[in-house]
Amino acid sequence: MIKESFFILKKDYKSELRNRYSFNSLLLFVIITITILLFSIGLEDISLDIHAGLFWIIVFFAATNGLSRTFVSEEERGTTLVLKLISESGTIFLGKLLFNLCLMVLLSLFVFILYLFFMNGFLIKNYFLFFVTIIFGSIGLSSASTIIAAIISKASNKGTLYPILSFPILLPLLIILIGLTKSSMIGKSIINELNQFLLIISYSGILITVSFLLFDFIWKD
Amino acid sequence: MIRLFGESVQKVFNGREVFNNISFDIHTPSCLGIIGKNGSGKSTLIKIIAGLLQVTKGKILYEIDGKILSPDKLFKRIGFLSPYLHLYDEFTGIENLIIFDEIRNQKKEKEFYLDLLKKVELYDRRNDLFRTYSSGMKQRLKIAFALSNEPDVLLFDEPTSNLDDTGIELIHSIMKQHKERGILVIASNDKSDYYLFDEIINLNK
Repeated sequence: MIKESFFILKKDYKSELRNRYSFNSLLLFVIITITILLFSIGLEDISLDIHAGLFWIIVFFAATNGLSRTFVSEEERGTTLVLKLISESGTIFLGKLLFNLCLMVLLSLFVFILYLFFMNGFLIKNYFLFFVTIIFGSIGLSSASTIIAAIISKASNKGTLYPILSFPILLPLLIILIGLTKSSMIGKSIINELNQFLLIISYSGILITVSFLLFDFIWKD
Repeated sequence: MIRLFGESVQKVFNGREVFNNISFDIHTPSCLGIIGKNGSGKSTLIKIIAGLLQVTKGKILYEIDGKILSPDKLFKRIGFLSPYLHLYDEFTGIENLIIFDEIRNQKKEKEFYLDLLKKVELYDRRNDLFRTYSSGMKQRLKIAFALSNEPDVLLFDEPTSNLDDTGIELIHSIMKQHKERGILVIASNDKSDYYLFDEIINLNK
């Protein structure tokens, strides 16, 4: 199952390179948002809380744009049927989850690099804590986004449904991630934040388990 | 030996009954034909046989050497062809076949895919993107896709659609060959397919 899901990841990666379904919209969204922020904030110093909040707001809305495409693009192109004919539903879900995870990590790192270069006062004192936050945040965000993307791909009003469904599910995770990002900017040790990471692990674990159970019902007509 | 059987199958879509009380029982080697006017549920029934749709009532099962095949493993045993099947536009003909077999964990030597593409007369266009194919060529690649996992059961919905005379000859020779060794299910209104049928489900009744 794991080997096959890596081939789904490979297929999606190859498909993304040629179609740029998600990548271009993500890139554009991040650049536009950071440009608007730059113009509105200027050279003013803003608090660490606001920096951390803005960072994850950009990541959240970019994810809304990009990750929701995972299943919608298959549905729109009519290729869902062929996927059903070549694989078990669990394999497909895992493959899509892995693809979204990779996309999330790349997206977060891209936002981080732009933020570091252009935003005044965004200084990380504990890079290790920050990068672990990015990795765990990506796992949490992608685990929620993948199942939501699967649900909305079957709906008629796909555009608006994703933020409506994802916001309440992702809010607790985003609050934890904002807190962890602030801690990495202050320079707190990762040992002090272990409870927060345990929370993210539980959150992602529950979501992934429930998603595996639920996906079969969503996937089969 | 493979046995495919259905018992009192009923399908209801949005409160409308598509068909009811469909039963059949076939085993290798044989061909089951599904006939009926437009909207009678031929495609729905073949999708149910392929495990792509659930029945409302009744059951459809595959039995291999007396053991029931789990629906999760069905995809490794069947080849499916239909006009509403779409392959990936952004991949070439050969890429489509290789990617599908990789995901199925049934990847073979490259020669196998080249031979398959020669068989469906797409060898010269193997490195062209699927989106550049004509509708007949797309149908030929879909035939190659249906055969690529060397299935025991072939499920063909309107197999001759979009094909020219040589394409129709090709699909008929494929169906005849498969019928000799496996199970072939054809949903069709094309009378030229009827000679292949050993059993018929008439959805007009």
